[in-house]
Amino acid sequence: MIRVQNEDFDIGVEMTALSGNGDVGALASFVGLVRGQEGDESISAMTLEHYPGMTEKKLAEIEAEARNRWPLNDCLIIHRYGRFEPGERIVMVVTASSHRQAALEACAFLIDWLKTSAPFWKLEERGDNKDWVEARAADDQAAEKWATKK
Amino acid sequence: MKLLYFAWLKQKTGIGEEDITLPNDVTTLGALVDWLKTRGPGYGEALADLSVVRFAVNQEFSQLDHPLTDADEVALFPPVTGG
Repeated sequence: MIRVQNEDFDIGVEMTALSGNGDVGALASFVGLVRGQEGDESISAMTLEHYPGMTEKKLAEIEAEARNRWPLNDCLIIHRYGRFEPGERIVMVVTASSHRQAALEACAFLIDWLKTSAPFWKLEERGDNKDWVEARAADDQAAEKWATKK
Repeated sequence: MKLLYFAWLKQKTGIGEEDITLPNDVTTLGALVDWLKTRGPGYGEALADLSVVRFAVNQEFSQLDHPLTDADEVALFPPVTGG
């Protein structure tokens, strides 16, 4: 399941919804929040811009890839767009499987891959400055490690 | 053809979305980029360093040798930073 939305989400509600009916033995999740601090600098807000249409398409491809690689009962990606302040939720990934290894690995794969292939861009506000966040080589490396590993 | 610009490419060109008629001699993404650069200083600045620009044709990541037709949707944007 893919949801691209401005609205907030409830972590408990989302995880409960993926808990199945006794067939799920493991839920793994990742929640990304706006950081209020980057090094020595305070961040007052973050705006997430996206490419409507392509975002949903890429997220659906990433979900299909995860379901292909791991035995998942269910899978959820929620990604928000808009302007958010520190502490606010940006993204949530939940995976449900019979056992923890598949759930944990698929969850890590989903967040690593979406960071490098879903068309979102972050604009950070620091005082009066607004700067587009640059892509990090470490994120590319995190995604690349899944290229060969199951 | 529909052109879309995101993040700082939108700011530098001053445009989020535009419809253009593809010139006859523009048949690849690379040729489109070269043509766009001639359309004004904002475009020139936005496309000065292509190592920090990514492209999508019909919502798929594409390289500069990708062929184009007037029916395509082309997007230009920086490397993605979601999650």
